[in-house]
Amino acid sequence: METVLRIQQLNKHFPNGKHALRDVNLNVLRGEMVALIGASGSGKSTLLRHIAGLVVADGASESLIEVDGCCVQRGGRVSRDIRRVRANIGFVFQQFNLVSRLPVLVNVMVGLLHRTPRWRGWLRLFTPQQRAQAVDALQRVGIAECHAQRASTLSGGQQQRAAIARALVQGAKVVLADEPIASLDPESSRKVMEILTRINREDRCTVIVSLHQVEMALKYCPRVVALHQGQVVFDGPSTTLTPALLRELYGVQVDEILPSHTPTPTHAPQSDGVPVHMLPQPALASWRAAGA
Amino acid sequence: MQATRPSAAIALAASTAPKRSLTWYLSWAMLLLLLAASWRGADMRPFDLWRDSGNMATYAADFFPPDFTQWRLYAHEMVITLQIALWGTVLAVVTAVPMALLASANIVPWWVYQPIRRFMDGCRAINEMVFAMLFVVAVGLGPFAGVLALWIHTTGVLAKLFSETVEAIDPQPVEGIRSTGASAMHEIVYGVIPQVIPMWISFTLYRLESNVRSASVVGMVGAGGIGVVLWEIIRGFQYAETGAVMLIIIVTVSAIDLLSAHVRKLLV
Repeated sequence: METVLRIQQLNKHFPNGKHALRDVNLNVLRGEMVALIGASGSGKSTLLRHIAGLVVADGASESLIEVDGCCVQRGGRVSRDIRRVRANIGFVFQQFNLVSRLPVLVNVMVGLLHRTPRWRGWLRLFTPQQRAQAVDALQRVGIAECHAQRASTLSGGQQQRAAIARALVQGAKVVLADEPIASLDPESSRKVMEILTRINREDRCTVIVSLHQVEMALKYCPRVVALHQGQVVFDGPSTTLTPALLRELYGVQVDEILPSHTPTPTHAPQSDGVPVHMLPQPALASWRAAGA
Repeated sequence: MQATRPSAAIALAASTAPKRSLTWYLSWAMLLLLLAASWRGADMRPFDLWRDSGNMATYAADFFPPDFTQWRLYAHEMVITLQIALWGTVLAVVTAVPMALLASANIVPWWVYQPIRRFMDGCRAINEMVFAMLFVVAVGLGPFAGVLALWIHTTGVLAKLFSETVEAIDPQPVEGIRSTGASAMHEIVYGVIPQVIPMWISFTLYRLESNVRSASVVGMVGAGGIGVVLWEIIRGFQYAETGAVMLIIIVTVSAIDLLSAHVRKLLV
């Protein structure tokens, strides 16, 4: 398996002096689905924004980020043809970041701009084929019927799915999802996570998704990278991430990523769509049994 | 707990009240001083109003009844005035859009927006009438000079208003566009313009209203429209005709104001 994302020696200090990322080294293989977990302020968003070249690392450093063999940034300088590199990277934001006054279809077709002749893009002249492609993507995320509506009229879950459709038409090889379900209700969260899983499986898209809560990471992602105060403190199969280990990694902050945790595991019935409010030992067991 | 609350509130009020009243007295004293100092410069002669009231009544009576015998000429010149305002505003929008983007701190670096802003300050600082006088010399008497004058001045005004809107946009959708690998121009077309367009339309309609008012006076320096007629009849002491023209201007400007307010409500 080839490496699709390579991060070396990544360090980031914010202007206020906070050391947001400390010596992050990370390799992700093509087709992996990786969860990025950690309490708020642990550096998840910052890391993802570095990968998309939206933020630069500390200057005069040895840092390097490569996506699909193309340099995103090196030594605190964004690559010259960053816009071409970004075309390979789909970004799904917590707040969806759609243009609320534009129709859903146009929001999706924004993903096609990087390979549309300039003048067509500037004049919003999309071809019938491009429209069909966007409708297709909307169909895959299950909201094709909303294509003509303004993005602002959609629910949060629908907006997030439209944002995923944008990454789909973009033809992204790596999809970075920054807390995609943090602003959504449980049912919408489930749908969004399932769509991400599906594009990972069907399109062989590499997906890196940052999540606030461990249970979602364990449910959907075979590999987990845990950040704590800007450092990678765990990187491995989600099956080996036990509550005990998490408590060791995060100390008292564990409560933030393991809400309403109780020391003795109860055998809560786990069904699809029902939010599980604690890290369930049985769920971990079933995860292992599934051999994922 | 509950007993201490009101007394604390009174103490707070007592501590803030004298402070506020001091600044209050000072501000009023400053304003009155300024007014007193400006009395002589402004040549204030309020008693003349009362003393000459008889003259003024006679003068005002000359305007009535308004003489509409030449209404065809007035209507024709009023239409030209509207056409001057329309062209001046549209040309100004065309130039104000790029200028506004180049004057926005969240779009371009400071060494671009600072000079552009100063340039726009210059366009805005000088009144349309002054530009009209200059253009009358440059392109000759007539409406075109008026169009050019309105164009320059309105570009300065709209560029400032437009760029303030651009600086107030939500940056998140723009970042969403950027993350797809789209170009900077795409970020503007898809991320910025849709966010600002309602405000831009509103500002444009508002400027169209004020330009109809301005276009009716640029004629006084020879830049075409109803102002030319107005200037000639005032100088000819034809007060009945002046009354008619003023009524026509009032009715037209009010109609345009009402119309544009209505359109703005529909669009925004």
